[in-house]
Amino acid sequence: MSSSSQAPESWISAFCSLVGHEYFAEVSEDFIEDDFNLTGLQSQVPMYKEALEMILDVEPEDASDEEEEEEDEDEDEDEMLDPEGKSYRQADAAERRHLRMASDLSVIESSAEMLYGLIHQRFITSRQGIQQMAEKYELGHFGHCPRVHCYGARVLPVGCSDIPGQETVKLFCPSCLDVYTPPNSRFQTVDGAFFGTTFGCLFFMTFPELDVGGDKPAPPPPAPLVDPLATGPSSTTAAGTKTARSSLSSSLTSPQPATAPHNTSASATANANPVPLPPQPDNINGVSPHNLAPGLGHGNIYEPRIYGFRVSEVAKTGPRMKWLRSKPGDANELDESAIWAAAQAAKAGAADADAEMPDQGAGEVEDEEMEGVGEVVAKGGKGRRRENGGGGDGGLNGNGNGVGVGTAVRAGSGGG
Amino acid sequence: MREPNGHTAPSIESLEAFTRTWTMEDFASDTDSDYTSYWRDWFIAARGNEYFCEIDEDYLTDRFNLTGLNTEVQYYQYALDLVTDVFDMEVDDDMREQIEKSARHLYGLVHARYVVTTRGLAKMMEKFKQGVFGKCPRVICESQHLLPMGQHDIPNVSNVKLYCARCEDIYNPKSSRHNSIDGAYFGTSFHNILFQVYPALAPVKTQRRYEPRIYGFRVHASAALMRWQEERREEMKERLKARGLETGFEDEDEGEEELESEELEEGNGQDGIDDMFEGRMQAVQ
Repeated sequence: MSSSSQAPESWISAFCSLVGHEYFAEVSEDFIEDDFNLTGLQSQVPMYKEALEMILDVEPEDASDEEEEEEDEDEDEDEMLDPEGKSYRQADAAERRHLRMASDLSVIESSAEMLYGLIHQRFITSRQGIQQMAEKYELGHFGHCPRVHCYGARVLPVGCSDIPGQETVKLFCPSCLDVYTPPNSRFQTVDGAFFGTTFGCLFFMTFPELDVGGDKPAPPPPAPLVDPLATGPSSTTAAGTKTARSSLSSSLTSPQPATAPHNTSASATANANPVPLPPQPDNINGVSPHNLAPGLGHGNIYEPRIYGFRVSEVAKTGPRMKWLRSKPGDANELDESAIWAAAQAAKAGAADADAEMPDQGAGEVEDEEMEGVGEVVAKGGKGRRRENGGGGDGGLNGNGNGVGVGTAVRAGSGGG
Repeated sequence: MREPNGHTAPSIESLEAFTRTWTMEDFASDTDSDYTSYWRDWFIAARGNEYFCEIDEDYLTDRFNLTGLNTEVQYYQYALDLVTDVFDMEVDDDMREQIEKSARHLYGLVHARYVVTTRGLAKMMEKFKQGVFGKCPRVICESQHLLPMGQHDIPNVSNVKLYCARCEDIYNPKSSRHNSIDGAYFGTSFHNILFQVYPALAPVKTQRRYEPRIYGFRVHASAALMRWQEERREEMKERLKARGLETGFEDEDEGEEELESEELEEGNGQDGIDDMFEGRMQAVQ
């Protein structure tokens, strides 16, 4: 351990206070000193030992310089005989790793940065580290989502790869479940692997009580003012799910019966759901529904318009990406196991009904249905047609075939 | 700017005059009508006004194009004179500031009308191509160029936003100097009209997306939502196909096999620890 007289500031805190390193947490020395936490890093980082010592401020700078020299001699003695050779070797090193400069100290320095980053990736998924990141998150150190409909939701730094040198750091927005490039170019030198792929999600699973939505303004964007076409339904369906409303709209829509008339108009839009929602679960797939991508769904999707008229989906340049920002109004639609169970029950019922029908007829009906749906499962369609052509030979065979097709169609339409 | 006939002394003088009047405080004292479109040049070049294009003189002077703006803008006539560089009245500083403010407001409102004209669209298209309006912050959009837009056509309601044609979403400008521009100076229609007029500029959409993972495993809550969203997408594709339309997605040539390949992809998840994106980005391995 370095004595307090040597450096007023540790290497770690100096590193974290550098410009562009604002996202980093300060890894505790205890964490680094536990060898278990460093498993496997030795093979990933050149000059591992020196780098680790530098991070921990173990030795004074002079001593570490000497250490390097010795290390060099060990590594390539013949080159050491020739002073030119040394610089060549270093030039190679500089080429291999962008950060390298032509002095050993800077080689170690960049190794130390790499090592620190990789330790950091592990540290921020530990209890202590994630707590530290939570504090930074609360203070808004990582910035806000640039997306308009996320209303400034706070973001987290993440990597898109766990291997260093592939991607720079990105920002994960829990409100729209998407990743963004940091607005400031100084972060484009920070490796994404130093944060890792796991951290973003683990963070929000560790702190499920965090309100991940942004500061959505109390009154909805005054849509009625601008586009009179989008009056009642859009604003009121949104109002149904949100509590805080402007006085005007809440006085209009807060009573339950008032929302009923919008049912019919809302059904026009594909994603709109009946306003009186079925009872919402407290927890959908491990997340409370209000915290599941609050920036997505009805009212948070950009609707392209020209002179107030919506651009049609069938236009050549019409909207095609709404699915990306959509979310069911009814969280129960995401309860896949319940849906699957219901589908199984329905299928069992349907299979019973099939069995009662005459075999030949059932086969034909299924065939037409199949072609109507399109070539979702091209192979299946072909094979079946052939069988059907030679069909009618065995009633049992036809029946079994029909049931199989039934499931294929169902699966196809479910996916499509 | 005028060339001063090769003499050095006058050129410096005029240059000084030019730079002096280039600052906002002095522009009104300059009544030299030789500097054509002087106010507009200044306005376009001012820091923070990069999103604006220059409005043609004849567009500005056609009263038809200004219909209704006189009620919207204070000191309308003075402001218009200032914008068209014919303002030559001695007024005190407060008044000048007021008029200057009105002039900028007027210019913005005319701008919203101008950018949907043929010439305005062409100018904005050039700026779009150069990436003057910035790039989409969304990682999957791969630096798609943005377009400025407003969420409202009424001034003083919301600031300018940036529209990405690849993800069809709107973003806040990252620079605070752009965050103070009124969205109504671009309007709600301009960016959509641009792609109607120049459909070739519309980027191909992508179905790739970010998948949150923990130690390589998809997270159920978000994965379930994404499966739901992808169902909506497939529904939309079916609707489009039923009408014989192109879906506009980049990997549509795979077409029919897509469903199968998606299922396959679910199966071999174990080698996907590092690819956070479906599809292309797997190449990094």
